[in-house]
This record gives sequence, C-alpha cells and structure tokens, in this order.
Amino acid sequence: MVNRALGAPRLSGPQRLPEHAVASDSKGQVQPLIKAGDSRWADNAFFLAMLVCGFSVLALVGLILYELIAKSSLSWHAFGWRFFFRSEWDPVNDQFGAFPFVYGTIVSSILALIIAVPLAIGVAVFITEMSPRRLRGALAFTTELLAAIPSVIYGLWAIFVLVPLLRQYVQPWLARYFGWTSLFQGPPYGIGMLAAGIILAIMVVPIVSSITREVMTAVPQQQREAVLALGATRWEMIRTGVLRNARAGILGGIILGLGRALGETMAVTMVIGNRPEIAKSLFAPGYTMASVIANEFTEATGDLYLSSLIEVGLALFIVTVIVNVLAQLLVWTVTRGTPARSHA
Amino acid sequence: MPEIVTASADFAAAPISLWRRTTNSLVTLAAATAVILVLLPLAAVFGYLVYKGIGSINWAFLTQTPKPVGESGGGMANAIAGSVYILLIASTFGVPLGIGAGIYLSEYGRGSRFGNLIRFTADVLNGVPSIIVGIVAYGLVVLTQGHFSALAGGVALAIMMVPTITRTTEEMLLLVPQAVREAAYGLGVSRWRTTLSITLRTATSGVITGVMLAFARVAGETAPLLFTAFGNQYWNWKLGQPTAALSLQIFTYAISPFDEWHRQAWAGALILIVLIVVSVGAVRLAANRGMLKGAN
Repeated sequence: MVNRALGAPRLSGPQRLPEHAVASDSKGQVQPLIKAGDSRWADNAFFLAMLVCGFSVLALVGLILYELIAKSSLSWHAFGWRFFFRSEWDPVNDQFGAFPFVYGTIVSSILALIIAVPLAIGVAVFITEMSPRRLRGALAFTTELLAAIPSVIYGLWAIFVLVPLLRQYVQPWLARYFGWTSLFQGPPYGIGMLAAGIILAIMVVPIVSSITREVMTAVPQQQREAVLALGATRWEMIRTGVLRNARAGILGGIILGLGRALGETMAVTMVIGNRPEIAKSLFAPGYTMASVIANEFTEATGDLYLSSLIEVGLALFIVTVIVNVLAQLLVWTVTRGTPARSHA
Repeated sequence: MPEIVTASADFAAAPISLWRRTTNSLVTLAAATAVILVLLPLAAVFGYLVYKGIGSINWAFLTQTPKPVGESGGGMANAIAGSVYILLIASTFGVPLGIGAGIYLSEYGRGSRFGNLIRFTADVLNGVPSIIVGIVAYGLVVLTQGHFSALAGGVALAIMMVPTITRTTEEMLLLVPQAVREAAYGLGVSRWRTTLSITLRTATSGVITGVMLAFARVAGETAPLLFTAFGNQYWNWKLGQPTAALSLQIFTYAISPFDEWHRQAWAGALILIVLIVVSVGAVRLAANRGMLKGAN
C-alpha cells in the first residue's frame, strides 16, 4: 500500500528532450533519442476526456436538481410551503398536501433506527473486538451480504413471511402487554408501519454496522492496550477506549443509515399499506414519500398531480442530500487519519 | 552511587469485582445475540427463496412469456432477457463514465479543490434515493421520446452505477505505487498511455470488482424502472419500447392477489439472486485468476 502521507512527486509524463540531448552511434552520426515524436496532443486530449467524465458527476447532480425543481414548480406555485403541512391528498379535486407522507417517512425511518442501531453496534463490537479471529472475516462478509439483497426481494419476503408472522404472533402479543402505550393498538393487519419499520431495520443494519466497524478499526490499537493495562475488563475497554473515541463516526454511520431508510422505496411500498393516514398506532397502515411516488407516478393524470409528486421527490432529494453530507463529515472526522476504504 | 528504588508489589492484584465481571459477560452475550438476530433474517430470506422458488422453476418458466391472469403456466423469459438488456444499456453508459471519472480523480485531481468537489459529489450521488433517479430519467428520456422505454431504464441505472464505479476506480488506482508510473515515464511512455496500459492495467482486478459492485447494486433495482422501463408482457428488443424486467415482474406478481403469480414471484426472485451472485462471482474469479494482481 502506498504511504500517502509521504506525498508522491508530481510528474507530468515524459518531457520533451532539449535539443542537445542526442546520442551518436559508432559512425559518429547524430541520432535523436526520441523518434516517437510529441505526445502532448494525445495527452491533452486524454486529459480532456477524463475531465469531462469527472465533470459529468457534477453535471448529474445538477441535472437531478434542475429536473426536480423545474418539474415541480407548478405545485410549488399552487401550494407553497403549505404543501408539506396539509393532509389533504385528493387528485380528483386537485388538492395536494404531503404531510401524511412526510409523517410516514419520518416515523418508519425512526422506528427502523430504533431497532437497527443497537443490533448494528452489537454486531460491529462483536466482530471487531470479541469474535475469534477466524470467524471475523466470515461474519463481516455475511452481515454485508444483507446489503446485497435487492429491495424488492425483501419486500416479497416481508409480504409472505414477516407480515403473517406479525399478524399471528407478534402483534397480538404486543397489543396484550404493551397496548396501554397506545402505540400498539387496533386490529393486527400485519401490514402497516411496524412491518415497514422492521423491514427497513433489516436493510439498514449492514450500513450502520459496516461504518461502525470501519471507525472502530480506525481507533489506534495502543488505545485499547492502554485501557486494558489499567485493569479494565474487555467491555470497559470497548466502552471507554473504543466506542468513546469512535462516537462521531458511529453517529455518522447511523445518519447514513437514516439516509438509506428515508429513501428506501420498494420494500416499504409492499408492506406499509399505502394509505395517507396519520395514526398513533404502529399497527395502522401509512404511506411514505418514496412509496407515494412509486405507486402513483404512472397514474398521475393531471399536470398538478404529477408536479406535486415531483415536489415530494424534490423534498426527499434535499433531505437525503443533507443527511448524507452530514454523515460523510462525521465519518470523516474519525477516519481521516487512516486510508480511505470503500463502503459502497 | 544512585539509590536503588524498589517498588512494593502491593498494587498488583486488586481483584475485578463481581459486578464488573458480570457486566462484561452480559455485554458479550448481548453482542453475540445481536449477531444471531441479524443473521436470522438473512438465513430466513435465503431459505425461503430457495424453498419457495426452486419448485416453480421449470423449463416453461425460463422460456415462455407470462400467461394472462387465470391461466397457469407461462414464465418470465422476457423479463430475464429484459433485465439483462437494460443492464447492458446501463453498463454501456455507466462503466466508461465511472472509470473515466475515477481516472480523473486519481491521476489528475488528486488533492485539487475541483477533484475534492467531484469526489464529494460522487458520494452525494451515491446516497440519492433510487426513486428520484427514476423521476429524472423519466423527465430526460421518457418525456422526450414520448413513451416508456428500455433506454430510459438503462439511463436511470447508469446514473446509479457512476458514483460507485468512480470511487472504487479512484481507490484502486491510488493503490498503484507511484514508482510504477515513473518507470513507464522513464521509458518514454506518454502519460495517457501510462495511465491506460500501466496504471489501469495494474489495478484491473480492483476496478472490475468495483464495476461488479455497481452492477450488483443496480441489478435488483426496481424503483427507478417503474416509470422508465415500465414492464412489458411480451418480448421487446427495441431501445424505444417499454421492456420487461425481472425486478418489476417480481413486484407486480408479489402484490397481485393470485397464488400462481406469487409462486412465480418467488421463482423470479431466486433467479434474480442467482443472476447477481453468479455474474459477480464469475467476474471476480476471472479477475483474480487471469489478470495481473498488481502491486497491492
């Protein structure tokens, strides 16, 4: 691995030799060393092509923003900020308000984080600090495999396995013992906010745990040894020596997971029930910003209807960008000393 | 003579209290439980895929187009082909663009402000929800063409491939030692030739891994295809026409009320997973065996 701290010398390819740089052969005739000629033209063309590719990344984000803003202006002019606080979603009368979707997105994502974060941190702690060395790679690989399963397959599994399970066993149990909190009330459909939260949690765990592992690995080994030398138990060492030093990065991982949960579409659409309602109970069906776009975009007949859906998309885009930027910065504060790794 | 200092050994063994030991064991137990709780759904998903899917995969499923509601039989051949088709279109756009941007970042933009901006934007693009990308591809291609099309689906997936490929390509190229580049320059090789035939070549297996990561990520994507490729009950090879895709078909069948379609959804999901795992595995194997492993 290159030690980047040393800094590589900047070279710009072979330079043209000055006039006097010539060699003579045995007969005393002067021969130029380089016959291939000038590569400056090709070099510049290549540089330009790569620059265009690099620039295209910027252009893509700009394009996304432009498309969303341009195509949602109709709805923006019609409703303004109120769009996000109105609960009415009535395509027949051209009345649109996104509040139920915003609510559903926030509740399902937070529910997912509540379930996923302790699990993900537990997994990361186990893999980096507790597991036998031989198991480590295998466990890391398997948890990351969770991220490779397509969203639609999670949705399929949730419809036919998770939802019946919730309906028959989990929800009646929750209602009996925790019904008094009013979070677990009403008929156990299976489908609803709770199912969405659980399936999102499963999808978020690999992200949070892989970032947590990354930032925990970035904590210097001496830190652990020092705390252990003071007589700490393993857990005390992890708590004071590792987790405390990595907390900014772990928070970054959690926020990155939040970003994923906010924008997740298919699995949620398949189990959340798709009803623009605001209910206190987690058993009730809901709707999210991403799933309303997925469900209604192709059926949106009026211009205002389509524009409103795109405005929902614009809001989702802006929120996820902010969340991701924040997460990147937090992770970066912990890992900047160590070489970057891909966590795609 | 200096005085010899001795320390008494009293400080050595303050025993760890029962409370601290118990907490330690409990936390270890909790962490192990978390691992099990996380692996459980993974096993359940794969288990159900195989259990439900394998019985429904037969020759008809792999060679026929869907039958109308109520008739049993039929298959997803057009959807499988459609997925491959859309992915090929996406790779045609996405792979060169992503690799080019990666080359720019590692070979030209290292440390420069513009390079950092691009790197940061790529990370942002990576976090954009896929459904948003679908809206954009709809606006760009579908509205221009006037109808849903395979091209629109390909463009949507290409946009999603670019950031992953860019970042992994950059990281892999950065692993190639500077000395390798200098050696090429020393032989009089021009800079563009060095980048393509020496640097990129050395990092080939890593770059391919990145491309496959991106490929696997978009292969199962459904949301951006909903209003771009749209889906189709019949065969289609035209760029400008709506095309079936495996993920779309799984979605449609899963939320339908018909048992026969549910069965096919499971089979389709199994095929999709196998497709992803096999293509990624095969390319990685080839890259590890055949290519120069480079200096890392």
